[in-house]
Amino acid sequence: MRSSAAATRLYRRRRFVNALNLGASVLATAFGLFWLVWLLWTLVSHGYQWINLDLFTLPTPPPGSAGGLSNAIVGSLMLTGVGVAIGTPVGVLAGTYLSEFARASRLASVVRFVNDVLLSAPSILIGVFIYNIAVVTMGHFSGWAGGLALALIVIPVVVRTTEDMLRLVPDSLREAAAALGAPRWRVVLVIVYRAARAGILTGVLLAVARISGETAPLLFTALNNQFWSTNMGQPMANLPVVIFQFAMSPYKDWHHLAWAGALLITFTILILNIIARILVRTRKTGH
Amino acid sequence: MEPETLLSADRVASVEPGTASAGAAPVRAPRPVPERSGNDTLGPQTGPDARSDVKIRVRGLNFHYGKFQALHDISLEIRERYVTAFIGPSGCGKTTLLRAFNRIYELYPDQRASGEVILDGENILDPRQDLNLLRARIGMVFQKPTPFPMSIYDNIAFGVRLYERLSRTRMGERVEWALRKAALWGEVKDKLKQTGTQLSGGQQQRLCIARAIAVKPEVLLLDEPASALDPISTAHIEELLDELKKDYTIVIVTHNMQQAARVSDYTAFMYLGKLIEFSATDRIFTNPQRKETEDYISGRYG
Repeated sequence: MRSSAAATRLYRRRRFVNALNLGASVLATAFGLFWLVWLLWTLVSHGYQWINLDLFTLPTPPPGSAGGLSNAIVGSLMLTGVGVAIGTPVGVLAGTYLSEFARASRLASVVRFVNDVLLSAPSILIGVFIYNIAVVTMGHFSGWAGGLALALIVIPVVVRTTEDMLRLVPDSLREAAAALGAPRWRVVLVIVYRAARAGILTGVLLAVARISGETAPLLFTALNNQFWSTNMGQPMANLPVVIFQFAMSPYKDWHHLAWAGALLITFTILILNIIARILVRTRKTGH
Repeated sequence: MEPETLLSADRVASVEPGTASAGAAPVRAPRPVPERSGNDTLGPQTGPDARSDVKIRVRGLNFHYGKFQALHDISLEIRERYVTAFIGPSGCGKTTLLRAFNRIYELYPDQRASGEVILDGENILDPRQDLNLLRARIGMVFQKPTPFPMSIYDNIAFGVRLYERLSRTRMGERVEWALRKAALWGEVKDKLKQTGTQLSGGQQQRLCIARAIAVKPEVLLLDEPASALDPISTAHIEELLDELKKDYTIVIVTHNMQQAARVSDYTAFMYLGKLIEFSATDRIFTNPQRKETEDYISGRYG
């Protein structure tokens, strides 16, 4: 039998260790949040005053004259659109293959590994790659090349989330559909996709959030365009590259536009993430 | 269910295996008692009811999960328009056996069955067997209710659309017919557009039964259909089975011996992947011929 003094000592020690660990965790969290809040604060405080109607209606100006980011905003939307339009079907199909048709096969584990590598590949590498196969071949920078580069970033994200979300669909649902005599493709298309719809959409939204801030791949592909242009065959303005260029410039008014653009992107990503979270939550509760 | 008829024609697994099963029903026995000790195979179906045909005949069925053999040389006969129950302790292979009847195990690449499962004279384990057509004839209801993430109406129409092109009106009639058969119509007739997942557990399970019936199968496989339900829903389902066996051949796996005694006409007792005893339900529960059976039904293990 242990003496009560020893028990008290042990208890005190435990409380001490607990407090120490808890304190360290809180500090670490605070440290992380501190920089994030500072960053957001800097962004908002520098950017908010330049958010106005001109920002959305006027194209990027030469230094010293009035202008906005309309061409870059539209360019970013178009590039993202192309990236998602190419990347989503490929990603969803590949994710479906991994989850539904090749779950335990050797090929699937190779694909999964390669996909994970691609997922964490530096985006500048993708830019250089597309530069080599598209820009060099076509002889000039273009919106198509930019869209393609973004698609390559979308694909691994969508593959991964699609597979994960499809795997969350219980096998009992697949069995129930198969037991009615539904062929495999129909089970996937009508039952599994429907059950995982919100999750897959979430993956696509996260991919959009990811590419809407990518600069490096666009620098090598879509480059930039001072003028209003919706021609995908030509170089195309886009927010990240404009921000990059304007922020590096010596002109005050360009700096202001860069801050406004950065704020715009950040809020878009924030909103996309919030929507994704809501979708995931509704998925979990089942309806 | 006319126990007299059943019992009189009953040929129960012999106390001395290997001799009686071959001798007692020479006409019926499709295969002689095996070379092995005989302990592990049972003579085939023991209750040939003159008025009923054999719907499914299982011969020498072995089943593997990867390297693990889950079923050993199972042979038995399922009678048309009767309820046959599989009972036995967890892991005895009763669900595995059931899942061989519609080859649902084929969704998983490492699961294999060998031997014969003959449905109306056709071996369904034959690789040339069209799986979708087979599953149209053999419906299945699972342990946990599995409503599809769609409306109640579409849950039922899903299966029907696989085989038939029906007009809107005809489809509506079919949905109503199936829901009535499953004793669910009254509860859901005003909310057919609602998702099936919003129903209660017992309602969901009846929805699944309706879904299976809507395709108009000949056989209904039920894998512990009431084990996730409360007693009232269970009673609902059991009443339903009594009604359904007028039209369908029913095979039910159950953990619950009282349930087997209540709903089934024939009972197969399985243990460690082997069929230990198979005969009329009354016989199994009142006068089991094998010690393992007696131990199990008297609660000594399982």
